[in-house]
Amino acid sequence: MDRVKGVALTGAEIVVRCLQEEGVEYVFGYPGGAVLFIYDELFKQDKVKHVLVRHEQGAAHAADGYSRSSNKVGVCLVTSGPGVTNAVTGIATAYMDSIPMVIISGQVPTPAIGLDAFQEVDTVGITRPCVKHNFLVKNVKDLAGTMKKAFYLAQTGRPGPVLVDIPKDVTMQSCEFAYPEAVSMRSYNPVRKGHAGQLRKAAQLLLGAKRPMIYTGGGVILSDAAKQLNEIVKLLGFPCTSTLMGLGGFPASDPQFLGMLGMHGTYEANMAMQNCDVLLAIGARFDDRVIGNPAHFAQNPRKIIHIDIDPSSISKRVRVDVPIVGHVPDVLQDLTRLLSAEGAKPDIASWWKQIGDWRARDCLKYDRNSKIIKPQFVIEKLYEVTQGDAFITSDVGQHQMWAAQFYKFEKPRRWINSGGLGTMGFGLPAAMGVQLVNPGATVACVTGESSIQMCLQELSTCKQYRLPIKIVNLNNRYMGMVRQWQEFFHGNRYSQSYMDALPDFVKLAEGYGHRGVLIDKPADVEPALRDAFKRKDELVFLDFITDQTENVYPMVPGGKGISEMILAEDL
Amino acid sequence: MSRHIISVLLENEAGALSRVSGLFSARAYNIESLTVAPTEDPSMSRMTIVTAGSEDVVEQITKQLNKLVEVVKVVDLSEAEHIEREMMLIKVRAGVKEREDMKRMADIFRAHVIDVSDNTYTIELTGDGRKLDAFIQALDQGAILETVRTGACGIGRGNRILRV
Repeated sequence: MDRVKGVALTGAEIVVRCLQEEGVEYVFGYPGGAVLFIYDELFKQDKVKHVLVRHEQGAAHAADGYSRSSNKVGVCLVTSGPGVTNAVTGIATAYMDSIPMVIISGQVPTPAIGLDAFQEVDTVGITRPCVKHNFLVKNVKDLAGTMKKAFYLAQTGRPGPVLVDIPKDVTMQSCEFAYPEAVSMRSYNPVRKGHAGQLRKAAQLLLGAKRPMIYTGGGVILSDAAKQLNEIVKLLGFPCTSTLMGLGGFPASDPQFLGMLGMHGTYEANMAMQNCDVLLAIGARFDDRVIGNPAHFAQNPRKIIHIDIDPSSISKRVRVDVPIVGHVPDVLQDLTRLLSAEGAKPDIASWWKQIGDWRARDCLKYDRNSKIIKPQFVIEKLYEVTQGDAFITSDVGQHQMWAAQFYKFEKPRRWINSGGLGTMGFGLPAAMGVQLVNPGATVACVTGESSIQMCLQELSTCKQYRLPIKIVNLNNRYMGMVRQWQEFFHGNRYSQSYMDALPDFVKLAEGYGHRGVLIDKPADVEPALRDAFKRKDELVFLDFITDQTENVYPMVPGGKGISEMILAEDL
Repeated sequence: MSRHIISVLLENEAGALSRVSGLFSARAYNIESLTVAPTEDPSMSRMTIVTAGSEDVVEQITKQLNKLVEVVKVVDLSEAEHIEREMMLIKVRAGVKEREDMKRMADIFRAHVIDVSDNTYTIELTGDGRKLDAFIQALDQGAILETVRTGACGIGRGNRILRV
């Protein structure tokens, strides 16, 4: 890369040069007054490609999906005022799931800040609680250094979105450009290696376990620790479960995998979690959708080892015995080395027998002879047709849980969903980012008729950039998860959860220049999927008319313990 | 719930204070007082936060503070011997009748009268919060015209030193 020390560049040129230096391939964005100079510089080069979304929320989700499926930093560019407020949902989504992103937002010129100028908002103030860090660049001399810091902060330690707010006059002013080689901050030094004494304690606990359990989360995916996780699980021979965010970190087909745990986790995973005597938690945070009621969880005595990059995730909801702060792959490697040196593994045959009994409950069974399409059946067929090798994005609700339960993820970064914030509308724009960073790969967006309408406008972006995403719409004419809660907890009063006046999705897809298919018979499910996935150059919108009354089981009602599940067979 | 006094060294940058105060409101932590000013190194500020919470909550407070990118160091001063001081300026009615009494009261508390007018005194008093409370209690409540307190600042005793 040629260095242009001594050459004066404008702020807008500097922004684009910084993106080039960071190797940014795609920027997802939408132009506007405050970012016109930056857009002008983007126009003059072709290293950094720009993807024009139809709404800034889509830009943030697309950058997010881009990052989740590649471990590169996702970048989005939005204008001041409504540009950035539209992006906030997407930024908060990325923040809750610790996704490395850099958001560049335009701001009104510095002399106008605070004067209620046209398209002015306090961007740094609005985004402060939903970013890892943010900056307002008031001087062009600080711009290159700030951009470098933003990329560094986004992808080190516990990753997260970082926002750089740039007033319009700063993009017009010039200064000498030199992109810093490295970042040094006295206030920010994330650890990597786990504490040796804690590692020894952890090894002793694991080797003395009678009913051990390994509980893994999104941290395994984010830190690319699937290989090290696989090694330690195989070495120990222990059962392993995963949160919604961790799926794919350990292969779902492996007999040691008990499936997802949590509110809609498997019976065996939740029972093993509740009844284990030694728990190894890896890159997971014991959140309310996973552990349920922490007081109920604490009723059973167990020793907990918790590996996490973020000290504030440790002992937040559940007190742990052996905290290990560090980068998950490094810590797992060190722990595996210690365990290998010890030799003898604990004999847990009777624990596996117990788990086998729990498994025999077959908690994910559903009516396979239904004359109406069962949503679970669609996901099973999707898995078969794509041979388990697709990138699956999802929106939020029942379809998300069925996708998590029935699509057996074998590899990390294949399951792309909004777990923390639970953002409806995430799936389609996220799929755009996934498809762009994985050209040629099979990408499907599992969604519902309610979620898909929240970022539907991006069908237009998909057309412009020829993104052959397959939309699997589980259309039950209800906000299914809301309906399920109303059935269980609100006396079947389906307050505002029925989706009336739905569009004809086939015509809608066609209106955007895509192919649309309506499927309303179980026998047509597989042929429709096979036909759609053969079409490598086309977006296909598959509108599956599914059973309106189907519920997601098992279910742990809010506030209950994780072993207090409602099972399909109980009803 | 117990009272904790937490010292924070952080970059002296625009927005750092709002990050800290935003953290306390976003996570519903108590905040009794917060003081901040630059240190001998003008690029660094020192903040003293008085808060109250269970051990678990205070552990989270220190961890969350440490997580802020601009925060360099965090110490819970109440974990060991420390000294706390707070300053108060209090304006009281001090006409001809009250002057003598008011001056005597200030002397008892080792306070100083720093401004005088025909019918007021402004008194400066430094001490820990309880001493300041006691002084307010000791005065005729009707005589108090205005009070302003800095909030506590604190430092560890002896060789306990907080610096980069």
